[in-house]
Amino acid sequence: MSTIHLVNESTAVPVSWYLLLAAALFGIGTIGALTRRNGISIFLSIEVMLNAANLALIAYARQLDQRTGQILVFFVLAVAAAEAAVGLALFIAVYRQRRTIDINRINLMRH
Amino acid sequence: MEMAVFALFALLALGSSLVVIAHKSPIYSTLSLVMTLFSVAVLFVLLGAPFIATLQLLIYAGAILVLFLFVIMLLNVGGREEGLPGGHRLQLITSVLGALVFTAMLWMLLRPALGQLAPAPLTEEMVSLSGLAQDLFADYLLPFEIVGLLLLVAVIGATVIARRPTPEELSGGGGMAEAGAAAAGPAPTYAAWAQEADRAAGGARPASVPGGSGRPGGAAGGKP
Repeated sequence: MSTIHLVNESTAVPVSWYLLLAAALFGIGTIGALTRRNGISIFLSIEVMLNAANLALIAYARQLDQRTGQILVFFVLAVAAAEAAVGLALFIAVYRQRRTIDINRINLMRH
Repeated sequence: MEMAVFALFALLALGSSLVVIAHKSPIYSTLSLVMTLFSVAVLFVLLGAPFIATLQLLIYAGAILVLFLFVIMLLNVGGREEGLPGGHRLQLITSVLGALVFTAMLWMLLRPALGQLAPAPLTEEMVSLSGLAQDLFADYLLPFEIVGLLLLVAVIGATVIARRPTPEELSGGGGMAEAGAAAAGPAPTYAAWAQEADRAAGGARPASVPGGSGRPGGAAGGKP
């Protein structure tokens, strides 16, 4: 029962603040993904965006008093793990061919 | 109290995520991302999702980011980031503007469903692990199984993609003499294409042997 009384109603944080934070984190991740040159840094920015989405999902789960949001975040975590594994393998393969993962130099499709 | 914890970790999350996108070295970016993930996990606990917070720390910080660090150190890409020759400033400005507009739209999309009022107090049912398990293994059993399949496919795919090229691919991509013998594989064509594209782009690197055979780091270990 202690978990329940952790949140005192009078001082509780409005859920919209969490959403604002999630939107800000997502924006930061977007800026990173658009401006960085290093492939791995872009990947890290995408992880920030994924986390912002997770935060929004959990916040909505809290607001609507349903666990579905938490289930969704569980699946997002699993898919993020798969994505990281395949993405990093791709980077290794690209590095083997091109000796770089700078996205300005990985431009075969441009020519 | 809750407000203080929220403010502290919200600021930590924002600050460390800024470090993630701003730091030159991917290693420091990754370590900073651990901080972001930790802060967000604390917020998860505040929102009544302690199990998801634990998962976040175990899977993200414990497994995925270690994989990132491993690859960064394997490829030795730390701190080498070359900007665009021209127009980098313009790209930065447009990216920031675009992200701001995007964030504003996101915020407007997320906001209207909520009042400013604090949500109802947490219920036992909401935070209970058994309830979550009940959902996961009863209502969402099929997605759960599919995610398991996805992970299996991802493991196989990652192994195939990142594996060392086979001897045929190596000789086919590298030696001129064997190129005829090894013929018809997609690898030699691709390697030649890559070299040509490099030269066309004003090739910063000399036309070395592609296929990773002359690599100082990872592939130096074993000639099969």
